[in-house]
Amino acid sequence: MQGFRFISDVFRSACINWGYQEVRTPVLEYLHLFTATGTLTPAMLGRVYSFLDWDGWSGERVVLRPDGTIPVVRLYIDNMRGQGIAKLYYVTQVFAFEGTGREDRERWQCGVELLGDARTASDVEVISLAMDVWNGLGLENVELRLSHTGVIRAIVGQLGLEKEEEARLLVRLLEGDRSALADVKARDAASERLLALLSGSGRKSGFLANLKTAMPSANTELKASLDDFARLCRLLDTVGISYVIDLSTAPGFEYYTGVCFQFWLGGRKVGGGGRYDRLVPLMGGGDVPACGFAIYMDPLIDLIEPKARKRSDQGVLIRGSEATDQAVRTCFDLARSLHNAGCVAEVDFSGRQETGLRWTIAVPAAGTPLLITDRIQQKQKAVKSVAEAVNIVGVAA
Amino acid sequence: MRLALPKGRLLAPTAALLKAAGLDFADYSEATRLYNFTCTSFPGITAKMFQEKDIPVQVAVGNYDLGICGRDWVEELLARYPASRLVKVAELGYGRAGIFVASRSGATAPRSTCRIVSEYPNLAETYAINSRLRGFKVFPVWGAAEVYPPESADYVVLRGDGEDELAAKGLTAVARLLDSSACLIANADAWETRDLSRVLERFNNIRMVVEEKSATNAPAVSVNGKSQWRDDAVWLALPDGHQKEPTVAFLDRCGVRLKGYDLKSDARRPSGEWIDAKVIRPQDMPQQVANGNFDIAITGRDWLTDHLARFPSSPVEMRLDLGFGRVRIVAAMSQDLPVRSVADLKKLIAEGRLSPLRVCSEYVNIADKYLWENRLSPCRLIPTWGASEAFLPDDADLLIENTQTGKTLERQRLGIIDVLFESTACVIGSKNSPQSAIKAERIGKLLEMFRRGLER
Repeated sequence: MQGFRFISDVFRSACINWGYQEVRTPVLEYLHLFTATGTLTPAMLGRVYSFLDWDGWSGERVVLRPDGTIPVVRLYIDNMRGQGIAKLYYVTQVFAFEGTGREDRERWQCGVELLGDARTASDVEVISLAMDVWNGLGLENVELRLSHTGVIRAIVGQLGLEKEEEARLLVRLLEGDRSALADVKARDAASERLLALLSGSGRKSGFLANLKTAMPSANTELKASLDDFARLCRLLDTVGISYVIDLSTAPGFEYYTGVCFQFWLGGRKVGGGGRYDRLVPLMGGGDVPACGFAIYMDPLIDLIEPKARKRSDQGVLIRGSEATDQAVRTCFDLARSLHNAGCVAEVDFSGRQETGLRWTIAVPAAGTPLLITDRIQQKQKAVKSVAEAVNIVGVAA
Repeated sequence: MRLALPKGRLLAPTAALLKAAGLDFADYSEATRLYNFTCTSFPGITAKMFQEKDIPVQVAVGNYDLGICGRDWVEELLARYPASRLVKVAELGYGRAGIFVASRSGATAPRSTCRIVSEYPNLAETYAINSRLRGFKVFPVWGAAEVYPPESADYVVLRGDGEDELAAKGLTAVARLLDSSACLIANADAWETRDLSRVLERFNNIRMVVEEKSATNAPAVSVNGKSQWRDDAVWLALPDGHQKEPTVAFLDRCGVRLKGYDLKSDARRPSGEWIDAKVIRPQDMPQQVANGNFDIAITGRDWLTDHLARFPSSPVEMRLDLGFGRVRIVAAMSQDLPVRSVADLKKLIAEGRLSPLRVCSEYVNIADKYLWENRLSPCRLIPTWGASEAFLPDDADLLIENTQTGKTLERQRLGIIDVLFESTACVIGSKNSPQSAIKAERIGKLLEMFRRGLER
């Protein structure tokens, strides 16, 4: 839990610093919120925990929240639509069945949604927020991988495939199925080059400019997506955030429309997000652009430094040798006063020797005198009253 | 080695196949009243007969090593539980059919939430999700799916021989989900660890004379895609199966004239002067009435109780107890166990003798409630679609079943340890008010006719 709290504390501070507001959505939602076209893929829907509620005689199914973004967007549509730009964050768990037994079926996420602003600067903002979180967690090697669903769609559209095959390929690519490319037969040399692009990766924005010139037959859709992608890369260069362009990076959700990105550390994906301007309109909320990301807490807990997780060693152990009425009263008085002074103070009658805490206050059966030991300064002092003890310990702590 | 064999439409061809394979099971024939069989050529092999829909479940949980059933039921189970411990060993080539998604011929596609009715609810839901239907509700039914559209459903997922057969029922196929035929399945653990080859090799090289079904001669029914029902008529659901005969007699006694609901015909859309009716399965009626697809239905108190056990806030209620079709809903166990009461059963469980307690029932919700009310735990509840008394003692320990005379239970050497309640035929309606004053008046009038019929 310490790792969890550390991550969520750093995340919340970063969000508050950027002016974001915390929201919470229910664990139990109606399934139809997620089945509408363009929200969750059939593969994901095949793994949700859905069931008939106690009032499910109408055939309406409920589901344990399988995704964090869609409920937040619903919350925005129901409560915040007229208010302009909304900057929201949440710490929440999502549920998905997973058959190997190696992953959790209940996964915690720290998520951010920025609704109402289509400017590329917003994409940079959410990415910067994420970088603040990595810095706060002491993680220096997090890799940002960028892709663009518009570019992927446009490239697939130019492969000259049958409509059905095209749709299937797109779904597989967007779900992250990299083997999907191997199954496609290129129609001609140009298509072969396009296919190669989908599986390759480059480094900086120059790569995109090279791409654009290498494809004179690119249609307007592809050109527009490439320009959009290049604009983000330029801005990231400007603010000094490094990244890798990898077109095979997939968002995993069909509602992404523009740039999408993933965070990788130690060979594991620790976060992902992007722009999804189509989601709010699909959910009936009107033409509202949106972008955001989520950080996956479970893999992160294993990856953060152990020292970040250690207990505070500044606290006090109030040790009573015998639980007489006087001793009990003194111990609890001490505890209350120290707590009021903002100290961690633990009461113990079991006589345990290992404390890991800086201070020990030994309370005898009679309740007084109190022997204070400072393990760090290697000093000891006897005092007569609770007030004196609190003065010594509270001040130094 | 244990085999699960189908009853119903696959029985005759399966018996023929087994005979041709040299795996003859005496008495496994259409006239049989038995459920358990032994193989005459291989005495170590036994078989039990089940409803087709039960077979994939029984094989997957390991009660049976091999099973023969339609591939449609296997896919129905796998659609919801893809990790089921099942292996599809071979297609057997007979009993061919297709699973179709169909709608009423000529009906327009629904604009918002579409209602899908099916005996294959898992296949239906998979279809809805893959087709990106924005809003959909799947209603599982025990049968008669084809009669629901267009008034009570927008789509049905059903088995059919082909598009001609569907057309003869007034339905048009929207999609073909899969081709089904009889298939041989095995339990995955048995397949992976035991040597089943001496039985399996019998299925190779069988030359089955498969009679190809001739194209149906019935012409396509010319239907109107729109609702045939009148807004102000009473929408009535009538039972098929063994409840039909006493219901026909009762309606006659009440003076309720319905054209098409009699013992001679199989018609599914009877109607009267101000009544529009459909003949459907009694199990499905409570949910259909709750959803407003029907105003009034004649079903049994057992199915009403089962529905309310699952959905306590449902608006369905009993309007009239009709008194006929009296059965008791009982808990039964094998007479070979030292159990004569629920207290005895609890003692046996506490001793660790039945752990987990395996329970089977068609009344899944009544059984579930009974088990937790009586603190019978740990237990495993397996739903079944018929012939539940055959499950004991090999495949289940406790049965929740209806019994009229008790003879069927006696024949299977089962003893009643508890009586849950008594069930009779009844009329059910919804607490939600009807859409029009005329309809409300007519519903009242029909109920009055029923009441007077009871007094006669």
